[in-house]
Amino acid sequence: MSRGLRLAPLALLLLLLAGLVWRLATPVDTTVHSKLEGQAVPAFDLPAALPGRPSLSSPDLATGQPHLVNVFASWCVPCITEVRVLQQLKARGAAIEGIAVRDRRDDLADFLARNGDPYDRIGSDAQSRVQIALGSSGVPESFVVDGKGIIRYQHVGPIEAADVPMILAKLEQAR
Amino acid sequence: MIAETGLAALWLAAGLAALQFVLMVLALRTEVDVGRAIRSIAVVQGALTLLAFAMLLLVFSRSDMSVALVFANSHSAKPFIYKVAGAWGNHEGSMLLWVTILSAAGACLGLLSRRTGERTLVAALGAQAALALGFYAFLLIASNPFARLNPAPPDGQGLNPLLQDPGLAFHPPTLYLGYVGLSVAFSLAVGALLTGQVDARLARAMRPWVLGAWIFLTLGITAGSYWAYYELGWGGYWFWDPVENASLMPWLAATALLHSINVLAARGALKAWTMMLAVIAFSMSMVGTFLVRSGVLTSVHAFAIDPERGTFLLGLLAIYVGAAFTLFALRGASLKEGTPFELVSRESGLVINNLLLSVVLGIVFLGTLYPLFVEALSGEKLSVGAPYFNAVAGPLALVLAVLVGIGPLLAWRRERRPVLKRLTVPALLGVAALLMTIILAPGIGILPRLGLTVAAFLASASIVPLIGRNPLRAPIATWGMVVAHFGIAIALAGMAANAAFSSERLAVVKPGETLNVGPWLVQLQGVMPAAGKNWTAIEGELRATRGQGPLTLKPQTHYYSNPPTETNEAAIDTFWNGQLYTVIGKPDTSGGWQLRLWWKPFVTLIWLGGALIALGGALALLGRIWLRRRGHGAGWRKELYA
Amino acid sequence: MRWLAFILALLVAQPLLADSDLPPAYWANRQLPDPKQEAKAEGLMEELRCLVCQGQSIADSDAELAGDMRDLVRRRIAAGDKPADIRSWLIERYGTWISYKPTVEPAAWPLWLAPLALLLIGAFLIRRRIRR
Repeated sequence: MSRGLRLAPLALLLLLLAGLVWRLATPVDTTVHSKLEGQAVPAFDLPAALPGRPSLSSPDLATGQPHLVNVFASWCVPCITEVRVLQQLKARGAAIEGIAVRDRRDDLADFLARNGDPYDRIGSDAQSRVQIALGSSGVPESFVVDGKGIIRYQHVGPIEAADVPMILAKLEQAR
Repeated sequence: MIAETGLAALWLAAGLAALQFVLMVLALRTEVDVGRAIRSIAVVQGALTLLAFAMLLLVFSRSDMSVALVFANSHSAKPFIYKVAGAWGNHEGSMLLWVTILSAAGACLGLLSRRTGERTLVAALGAQAALALGFYAFLLIASNPFARLNPAPPDGQGLNPLLQDPGLAFHPPTLYLGYVGLSVAFSLAVGALLTGQVDARLARAMRPWVLGAWIFLTLGITAGSYWAYYELGWGGYWFWDPVENASLMPWLAATALLHSINVLAARGALKAWTMMLAVIAFSMSMVGTFLVRSGVLTSVHAFAIDPERGTFLLGLLAIYVGAAFTLFALRGASLKEGTPFELVSRESGLVINNLLLSVVLGIVFLGTLYPLFVEALSGEKLSVGAPYFNAVAGPLALVLAVLVGIGPLLAWRRERRPVLKRLTVPALLGVAALLMTIILAPGIGILPRLGLTVAAFLASASIVPLIGRNPLRAPIATWGMVVAHFGIAIALAGMAANAAFSSERLAVVKPGETLNVGPWLVQLQGVMPAAGKNWTAIEGELRATRGQGPLTLKPQTHYYSNPPTETNEAAIDTFWNGQLYTVIGKPDTSGGWQLRLWWKPFVTLIWLGGALIALGGALALLGRIWLRRRGHGAGWRKELYA
Repeated sequence: MRWLAFILALLVAQPLLADSDLPPAYWANRQLPDPKQEAKAEGLMEELRCLVCQGQSIADSDAELAGDMRDLVRRRIAAGDKPADIRSWLIERYGTWISYKPTVEPAAWPLWLAPLALLLIGAFLIRRRIRR
């Protein structure tokens, strides 16, 4: 049997081990990121989530001013604390729009009454269609959209107090 | 005290394993005769680990909450049988089971092996001890099953009702007997490479071990598939999930090994390939254990995600497989192959069989690990799932199945008779099946259609070896081969029928409404609450008719509170020609209930086929053991290899 | 064991998996009236990966988002979209990860070439074993 043939199994083993060592060292990142960063927000037109509150459509995100689109829901536990952080952002001048995923009018109204309301507009996404169109895979997630309607940044998970400066910076860059 | 006894037994066993290994090195370097000593030590080592495992079973059966493992995985209210099964239903316990089987197998090798050359046996026992040492270290250092809790809590946390299922409880021991049983083949191969005695005698010594392990693997995989089918509520039986693949890969390697051993035993050929397969089979078992416990691959079945333990296991893998491959590289040159085989001969058939099985193994291996390598090299995440494996492994499996029908009819050395003539009837049956599917079921896919064709061919072809002779005088081992190959045809028929003829109905119905699925008319009578020991449920009552008398099926959705989960309990009715599979889901706002119904013609053939394959293996094993016991009459070997 | 880890994963994998109160989307658990369209839809659903599960297709997942995706697939197939287009649309949003069937991009070529390559390597290895 030729030398190459006898050494081949060892070589393949080393390759395998290299891969597995790499994987152990770099743990699996299970968050799914949207691939739409850098692309225009897909066209959508959501119904109003609350009476008296304007609904959200894609043209509202291309008005020349950057927006923070927050995908949330009243049944989402981390959204409760995130709302307070969003209020801080609003106080610092951010324009925040909401997409309420799979939510009921009454639950949403309760949620906002209890926890605070940083949203200008809120659209109701009862079958997650806009959420999927945006490449989002859960709640809460937030998108920084610039004045021309291009998605500049996706934040997966709740925005925490420590993230506020970074989000403000992203909104600034999107101007 | 019991736990400490178990722990002490483990330490002692580890010490003995070390001694066993040292003795092997001594024997190979000098001419010291350690035969009796090493055998005795192997037996005592095995007995000690069995003792340790018995201690673990004891603390679980007594719900001794001062043992941390019992606290985490058991509860005093658990039914007794699940208390005991809980011993291996966790990481540490199952690793102890692994080590127990490893060292008990070594003990049996020392006790029962009469056909192996003495030097090779000593080397093999040493190799087995080396394998055990690493896992002892893993257990004692990183996964101690006998760790204590002080003070002992009043009761345990492990009352997860999802784990209290007979299939789930007994799946691990069956699979482990398979996985770890392959270690003996590994050790014998390593031993033979060390002593240079790779020959027909080694093959005959290895065969019962490989057969035994292979039978358990076949049963374990078949049972696991059926469990997933009835438990998960969507009618699927194989998902090409990484952990499932991890159990399939050793099986593929072991099947190839089994057949390669036959060539080595009969002709003294394929030495390198057989040794390599023996090493690869157990390596695949170790890779499987690593994948399941390290969190490296995302899977519904992932055991315990612990990268630290994963690293330890990876280290063991690297050492053992690396050492074996290095040995192969060093000694491979001395494995002289004889003259080439004739093209039309049993040996060639088996070589091609080996080749195809190895290719399928390679594809499953590659597909399972490909996303990892792509991400490592480019950062891109891609997924490889059922569509890939079915598209690629399916056709290969079909080709293999056809060859399985032809191979056993070929004679050793050279087949002079016209083999294809003996296959006329099977071929005609295959063509008939093909025509029937074209006429009666023109819309089915090409793979299921070919699957039915090949199944018809193979079912008849597998019986041909018994025709033309008195079947009652054929060796039992030949019956084993026939039954196992016939089982493949049956399983294939079941898979093809399921893919071709399954009907599915998903709908939201109100009580009183009917749905049809296949030939059945199913009416939802009503939905009522139900309750059990630790669950509440909603239960749907379905009335199904198919021309004759109505049947009642009661699918349920169970709600558990500790931890809060819900499961679907499908109601399945089995008939001679298929299964009616019913699941009830959630209600909608208008009083309707989600129903999922399947009519799956001949789906049970899949697992029946698997059981037949295992039965065939058992017959082959029995046949050879019995023959040996009966004495080596002049004719038997010729009989077997006729 | 497998279920234990699955359930643990469900509990741990916030914030993706809290459940809403709304019922599943209309076409999440209903079949399209046209059997050919339904077959196309099911074929596609078996190839799409559930975003919030530990390795399942959307065809057999109980997760809400999976249900919404099934609804989306069925609606679009009913409206006449081709499965390949729907898959591409989803890949544009989530990357190739969402397709269980590797696509024809360069990163996946080795997968599709592998069977042939392995067969050739195997044939090469056994060439001396069999005499013609």
